[in-house]
Amino acid sequence: MSDPRTLLLKRGPLLLVALLLCALPFYLDAFWLRIGLFSMAAAIGAVGLGLLSGTAGQLSLGHAFFLAVGAYGYVWLAGEPGPGLPPAVALVLAVLLAGAAGGLFSPVAGRVKGIYLGVATLALVFLGHHVLLTADSVTGGFNGRSVPPLELGGFTFAESDPELTVLGVPFGAEERLWYLGLVLFAVTWFTARGLLRGRPGRALVALRDSETAASVMGVHVARYRSAAFVVSSMYAGLAGALLALSFRRVVPDYFSLALSVDYLAMIVIGGLGSVAGATAGAVFVTALPLLMTRYADQLPLVATPGSGGGSIGPTEASRYLYGAAIVLILLFAPDGLHGLARRTRARLSRRPSVTGPHGSGPSPAPERAGSDAASDTPARAKEHTP
Amino acid sequence: MTGFLDSLLNGLALGSVYALIALGFVTIFKASGVLSFTHGSLLLLGGYLVAVLHDDIGFAGALAVAVLVTAAVAGALDRLVLQRVGGTDPHAAHVQTIVTIGVDIVLVTDLARRIGGDLLPLGDPWGSAVTDLGPVTVADSRVAAILVSAVAIGGAFALFRFTPWGLSLRAAAEDREAAALMGVRLTRVRTAAWCLAGALAALAAVFLVAFPAPGLERTTGQIALKAFPAAILGGMTSPVGALVGSMLIGLTEAFVAGYQSDLHVLGEGFGDVAPYAVMVLVLLVRPAGLFAAKGAARV
Repeated sequence: MSDPRTLLLKRGPLLLVALLLCALPFYLDAFWLRIGLFSMAAAIGAVGLGLLSGTAGQLSLGHAFFLAVGAYGYVWLAGEPGPGLPPAVALVLAVLLAGAAGGLFSPVAGRVKGIYLGVATLALVFLGHHVLLTADSVTGGFNGRSVPPLELGGFTFAESDPELTVLGVPFGAEERLWYLGLVLFAVTWFTARGLLRGRPGRALVALRDSETAASVMGVHVARYRSAAFVVSSMYAGLAGALLALSFRRVVPDYFSLALSVDYLAMIVIGGLGSVAGATAGAVFVTALPLLMTRYADQLPLVATPGSGGGSIGPTEASRYLYGAAIVLILLFAPDGLHGLARRTRARLSRRPSVTGPHGSGPSPAPERAGSDAASDTPARAKEHTP
Repeated sequence: MTGFLDSLLNGLALGSVYALIALGFVTIFKASGVLSFTHGSLLLLGGYLVAVLHDDIGFAGALAVAVLVTAAVAGALDRLVLQRVGGTDPHAAHVQTIVTIGVDIVLVTDLARRIGGDLLPLGDPWGSAVTDLGPVTVADSRVAAILVSAVAIGGAFALFRFTPWGLSLRAAAEDREAAALMGVRLTRVRTAAWCLAGALAALAAVFLVAFPAPGLERTTGQIALKAFPAAILGGMTSPVGALVGSMLIGLTEAFVAGYQSDLHVLGEGFGDVAPYAVMVLVLLVRPAGLFAAKGAARV
């Protein structure tokens, strides 16, 4: 690692991507920046859900609720009516608030496991939606609230104040928020990878593979489950706040069960348990409907919005596509985009594809579940490390 | 008092419809360990078929076709998709659960597109007729819901209890490996379980959208999700538990809706989300549900 050339080779691609992302606002118009912004926000949330569902094996359908806590938390804390805190403080507090909401749910999250948790978290989405609709004074009810722009040391992430032109490109809200999103996403990327590669990540993987074995090895089951839930909620809160900043208005109907399912789709499409996969999945699921809407008139089989009459609109077309993507990916490539990329890379570099089981915690004895599935597909090793 | 009786009857009717759906969840879970998130779309499919066909072949014929087709779709889904996912992975059931979400997205999108913004009538024979039962007036559709559900649920319990398939199902739920070694064909047992659950969902659809509900709309499928709390309350593996859970959920919803004026602190429309509140409260006290057998972990 100490050799600067190896370091450059190892870090090179990452640096290149980072540079490219920083340069994009100078070349793209607001529409594309907006897609990028939504994708980054979604990626932050998806990474959080990936920690919980992919790594810890806990299915959560309550992600929309924590996004809502982050979004509304920021809006209420920074705005009127509300305490009217400085927006930067409100942002941090909103993330902590989402974590606290996750913590409050931990008596359930720590003890209920696997798919049971998925159903228990359904409750959060519906109860949360109800609260958003009825607590008018905080959430603005059905019509929602407008989002105060973020302000950091006199610099506002909005159209003006101060006016800013860099290299001849006027910096509006999209450009400024792009860099904010980039920074927040970088923070997410590195913290999540750190968590996954360190002791907590290994403990969670062990827990997923066999609860009994993990607890025998000294992993505190309930504590780790709750902690995974809290951390995942905090990422969701951050994503929610960033989404609120990009939408500039929050409404309750956005934070529905469909949003939770979107996030689940992201991590499944990307590949469970991988940060890069969750990011790829987030970009796919977020950008697809927006692109479909924009290019509806040029796509075959897709009608422009509003033409009605049982035709397939762009939103529907993208939902077909990603619903089918979930099924097909789990049928044919259970490790998602991440696994596909890894295998392609392995094939390109003419190395034998990595298929052996990865050392990731104690491997469970052949269990009863699934032994009946009369399937001719061989056991495919799952990627457990990010 | 009439308010109380009204709510009670509404709750029982609602509970018996939820029971049809929850029983499907439990049957599937016992046979395959999968939580079916596809139920919303199966329900919608059943309702949609009745709505489209009842003009041509009459309500009874349409219902029969809808039940058969929905059962066939559910069975095909299990045989052709779910059983091919996951392989020998010990978490196969979890992966299959996520697949049911994917399938649900596709099916619901398609059905919602066909239904559009319309309210489709199902042409059921009860219409908006009501019967006076002493002090309370009750919609015929509610009475029909209770009676038909009782018959269907009784039939399902008889299947569990008295048929070779039911024996296989119970054996599989008890110990999959041992059942397989005893010659139980697990693939068939679970496909049949999916068929039964699909049929029950189609039946439930008819009563969910009958009077006083306005008709089949694109969001009707979401109601199936409320049967999740019912099944979870019962512990997921116990049909009797699912029945009790459904009644509990149905009564809670009806009473919260009936006494809404006294409960306005909770906000308007709390009845719709009350089942989830009940579920969270129960899970706080008993994380495995009310009727779940205590499981010991063996290494």
